[in-house]
Amino acid sequence: MTTPASSASPTVSPPAAVETRKLRKSFGAFVVTDNVDFRLEQGARHALIGPNGAGKTTFVNLVSGALQPTSGAISLDGTDITSLTQAQRVKRGLVRTFQINQLFRKLSVLENVGLAITERDGLAGNVWRPAGRNRAALDEAYALLERVGLAADAMRSIEDLPYGRQRMTEIAVALGLKPNVLLLDEPAAGVPTGDVGLIIDLIEQLPAEIAVLLIEHDMAIVFRVAKRITVLTEGHVLIEGTPAEIARDPKVREVYLGERKTA
Amino acid sequence: MTHDASSTRTGNAALVPEAATATASAAAAAREQFSRRHRFTPLEVLPWLAAIGAYFAFPDYLALGSQILATIIFALSVDLLIGYTGIVTLGHAALFGTGAYTAGLLAANGWGDPVSGLLVAALAAAVVGLVSGALILRTHGLTQLMQTLVVAALLMEVANKAGHYTGGGDGLQGMIVWPVFGLFRFDMFGKTAYLYSLAVLFVCWVLMRTIVHSAFGRSLMGIRENVARMHAIGTPVERRKLTAYTLSAALAGISGALIAQTTSFVGLGVLSLERSGSILIMLIIGGVGQLYGAFIGVPLYMIAQDRFATIDPVFWYFWIGLFMVLLVLFARGGVLGILTRLVKRDGGTS
Repeated sequence: MTTPASSASPTVSPPAAVETRKLRKSFGAFVVTDNVDFRLEQGARHALIGPNGAGKTTFVNLVSGALQPTSGAISLDGTDITSLTQAQRVKRGLVRTFQINQLFRKLSVLENVGLAITERDGLAGNVWRPAGRNRAALDEAYALLERVGLAADAMRSIEDLPYGRQRMTEIAVALGLKPNVLLLDEPAAGVPTGDVGLIIDLIEQLPAEIAVLLIEHDMAIVFRVAKRITVLTEGHVLIEGTPAEIARDPKVREVYLGERKTA
Repeated sequence: MTHDASSTRTGNAALVPEAATATASAAAAAREQFSRRHRFTPLEVLPWLAAIGAYFAFPDYLALGSQILATIIFALSVDLLIGYTGIVTLGHAALFGTGAYTAGLLAANGWGDPVSGLLVAALAAAVVGLVSGALILRTHGLTQLMQTLVVAALLMEVANKAGHYTGGGDGLQGMIVWPVFGLFRFDMFGKTAYLYSLAVLFVCWVLMRTIVHSAFGRSLMGIRENVARMHAIGTPVERRKLTAYTLSAALAGISGALIAQTTSFVGLGVLSLERSGSILIMLIIGGVGQLYGAFIGVPLYMIAQDRFATIDPVFWYFWIGLFMVLLVLFARGGVLGILTRLVKRDGGTS
């Protein structure tokens, strides 16, 4: 794989799982994402941190395609995907989760995952075939729930689940799409302290070949999971490095870590 | 499989035979629950028994009866959009009217075969739905609502101006509808019209039922409930909405064509805002997004309209209005919603 990412790209290293170049998003005069150059390597465990309003979720929205950038480019495995819709990016293995659960609350855990698998397999556009006949999708969904430890909850509806397990379902739905790149937007947000371990376990057990970008406030999770950390402030990249480098960087301590106690 | 690495912890359990069996049976139970959902239940026979019963019980009302049956198709078509996909429209008469004028013009110009007329009308409405839907679905909220209104208003003006072909405000005259399949002549008592409408409704109901229970139908409900999630699992949301819009348009066209054929007349009213609005009212009375709301709301509204108009010819709209206000205030989910709650309560206490 030596496909050049783009003629404008100066990089010669192998294609990143995700790369953004001069990525910029503004709402009127308000710049939310400011010329962000970012590389998520293949199979990475990379965290994106930053204070509230730093533009982390906007960055996820840009990369996943929920928002169109004002300027700049995004590539996936060296292929430019800037103009692709969110659905097209998902088909290429770029999958996100949400900071606030976006699940079908009345449906069961199994069906939430099954819907994703049906969509992935291209069966969801079929007007004539009863949904209940897609047995392979349900079997696969069930097998997936077993792997992530949600099998016992398979038939419960989302609204009957404790919040931590809802957050796990959010990740299970993403896994059902067989991602190559997984953008986890604050997977532990709102999860009671006692259940955070469940989420960490789940993230740590993600298949090694999936490149994971973790957006997180909880430093305990970040330092436990991430091999690399990027700090975002006011829409631009402040610094990127290993967890040890980030932890001792004075700038980071000043703008971010200084405000909170770290693990 | 890309997730094998994650199976290290929990995957071991599946290697133990008993656990594997328990798993298999739980999965089978889950599958069973989903595969049952599209199967027919005995209650679903009721509307058809009622329709056949009405044929024998009210021989003097068959004309009204066939209008009701044809209008149920229109309500089903609107339900596919509003109830299942979450697209609100105030201009569905555009597609109903397209079907009505297509069937009407065919029959007035020498092609009176009803069944092929219906199919052509469905196709014409589907094309209008595809084109107008592509424009309408680009927008959202109030803008979208306005667009649906505007399309219907435009088409009505076209039908009005093209008076040479459509008869304009006087309506389309001179439709000659041939016997169904060349065998069953439309009689003055409306027997053929009623049974023909019933047969067409049955086919449309099978179609609609298939659609809403399909994976496609499930994804429409997904779009209605949480569009952000559907985008995130890779659903081509816009394309799927357009497919729904086109299917709904075809059903609306069939409904319009059926009424045109069974009354041998098409007036500008088929494209009117009143037509678009009243079908919404009927659907809301019956219950939205529950498939059978159309089968309850339409007869209730149209029979009430007929009765009130006889009892109180001047003031009957008031009574319809009062009924609507009470229903909206006290019965969310329409009449079907009330019935479902009653059944559930009975099931809970007994």
